[in-house]
Amino acid sequence: MPGEVKVVSRPKGEASYARAAAKGMRITLKHLLNPAKKTQQYPDEKWELSPRVRGTHRMAVHEDGRAKCVGCGLCPTVCPVNCIKLVPAEDENGERYAAIYEIDEFRCIFCGYCQEVCPVEAIHLGVHYENAEYSRERWVYDLERLCEQEHDVTALWDPSDPASQ
Amino acid sequence: MGPVTGGAFVVATIIKVAVFFTVMMLSVMLATIVERKIAGFIQDRSGPNRVGPWGALQVIADGIKNIIKEETMPAQAIRQFFVLAPVLAILPATILFAVIPFGSPLPTQWGFVEMIVADASIGFLYILAIGSIGVYGIAMAGWSSGSKYSLLGGLRGSAQMISYEVALALSLVPLILLVGDVRAPEIVSMQQGFTAGAPTYSMWFVFPLFLGLFFFFVSGLAETNRLPFDLPEAEAELVTGYHTEYSAMKFSMFMIGEFAHVITVAALVTVFFLGGWDIPFWAGDNIRVLSDGTVIGEPTGWKTILTLGSFSIKTSLVVVVFMWIRWTLPRFRYDQLMDLGWKFMLEAVTVYILVIAFVILGIEAVGIPVGIWYALILFVVNLLLALMLFFMIDRGAIIRGAARKI
Repeated sequence: MPGEVKVVSRPKGEASYARAAAKGMRITLKHLLNPAKKTQQYPDEKWELSPRVRGTHRMAVHEDGRAKCVGCGLCPTVCPVNCIKLVPAEDENGERYAAIYEIDEFRCIFCGYCQEVCPVEAIHLGVHYENAEYSRERWVYDLERLCEQEHDVTALWDPSDPASQ
Repeated sequence: MGPVTGGAFVVATIIKVAVFFTVMMLSVMLATIVERKIAGFIQDRSGPNRVGPWGALQVIADGIKNIIKEETMPAQAIRQFFVLAPVLAILPATILFAVIPFGSPLPTQWGFVEMIVADASIGFLYILAIGSIGVYGIAMAGWSSGSKYSLLGGLRGSAQMISYEVALALSLVPLILLVGDVRAPEIVSMQQGFTAGAPTYSMWFVFPLFLGLFFFFVSGLAETNRLPFDLPEAEAELVTGYHTEYSAMKFSMFMIGEFAHVITVAALVTVFFLGGWDIPFWAGDNIRVLSDGTVIGEPTGWKTILTLGSFSIKTSLVVVVFMWIRWTLPRFRYDQLMDLGWKFMLEAVTVYILVIAFVILGIEAVGIPVGIWYALILFVVNLLLALMLFFMIDRGAIIRGAARKI
């Protein structure tokens, strides 16, 4: 059955094209002369990010420069997209460390589970988002590169302060 | 002092052509950046601002980009016409400038130089004739591209331009009734203050012929294929219409042609309705050149510069209004466009010509001489007509939805 087109009859007073056009011209003129612009001059001015923004990872290090990671294997287990590759090893003192620790930032969904689950507060997400690269290989951050990151680490959600104030 | 003659005339004409063409092309460059800035400002953005101060060098960057880009030639294209079409798109808009008076005559030691490239005695008819050629560039581009999109876009463009040419030409008839001459400098002179021995209206024609300006402006928008009449370009149906197959500098030439057209129409609006190079409320620029070469008034160099400035300011303002309209009004549907052209503009303009002609007949029967009162009576008549047009008739009758017509 063909549908029926509902024709709304507009009041005659509202159907004027000339007056509607004049009204529109007035509005655009107001915006044209308004010096306040909404554009953010991006590379020159940047967003002020919340401390809870989850961005590029960063590995915490000891004073002597070793990564704090103990190779427990919790973060690759909890990671929902399998973007963390961890091969643990043991040194001569019997302390475990990560022989290979790689995060594929391209694959990461920045859920922050790895930071939450880490028992030694080694792996963190960071308040940082400008990580463009020329190749996909460069997106796989190895341990050394994770340790070199210098941006702020992401603040975890605090249950006593749910709105982060 | 008479006009320049002989060798001095040739030299003066060559210099005028070179200078005016350069200024025209520079204005086109400027117009592209101003258009983008205005677009940005209206939408609360800041527009291009990374290249050079205020983004002013963006045009040069775009120009370099367009020149070094690859030129494509579709396999189905008809080569000669495909190359010729962009040239034909620019040509009419630029050669129209030949009969537009820019300023008061410049006195030199060889005689005075008129600030107009060619003071043709049929300047007005030349404008209409050359204006019609503009359609060839679009039709040719659409047809020679060998693409359905281009062809349909070209057809649309041609149909639209031919439709509105009628209204464009007719909307200037009342002007000719008032001026009684088709020389472009004469049209400007008649809007200036009173000069000895030659009566004028002492009033810009925007007042006594307000509706004429409205009709001319709307037809001008349609002629330049700009919003709200940019139907030849339609992303959804026709990609970009007649210049779909063009790339690099050839495409750029269509854009230059469009902006040149806008500037030309703005200059025509200035000459016909905004007093040309006349500076308001100043008697010093009442300089009139009659067709036999005699000059009434005292031309000087600095007056020429002032009037050139006046002309540029008025033209720029009209161009800005063009852009302002473009970024405000939504476009028409194609049937609305054709309805507006054939079923409204044509009739309205014809009726307008008749009314003005009868009013002029009445005024002359009463015996009011050409002058400010003559113009004021016409102004009142125009005001009444405008009120009727915009507040009585415009109740969904001029532009209406498709459903109503079914």
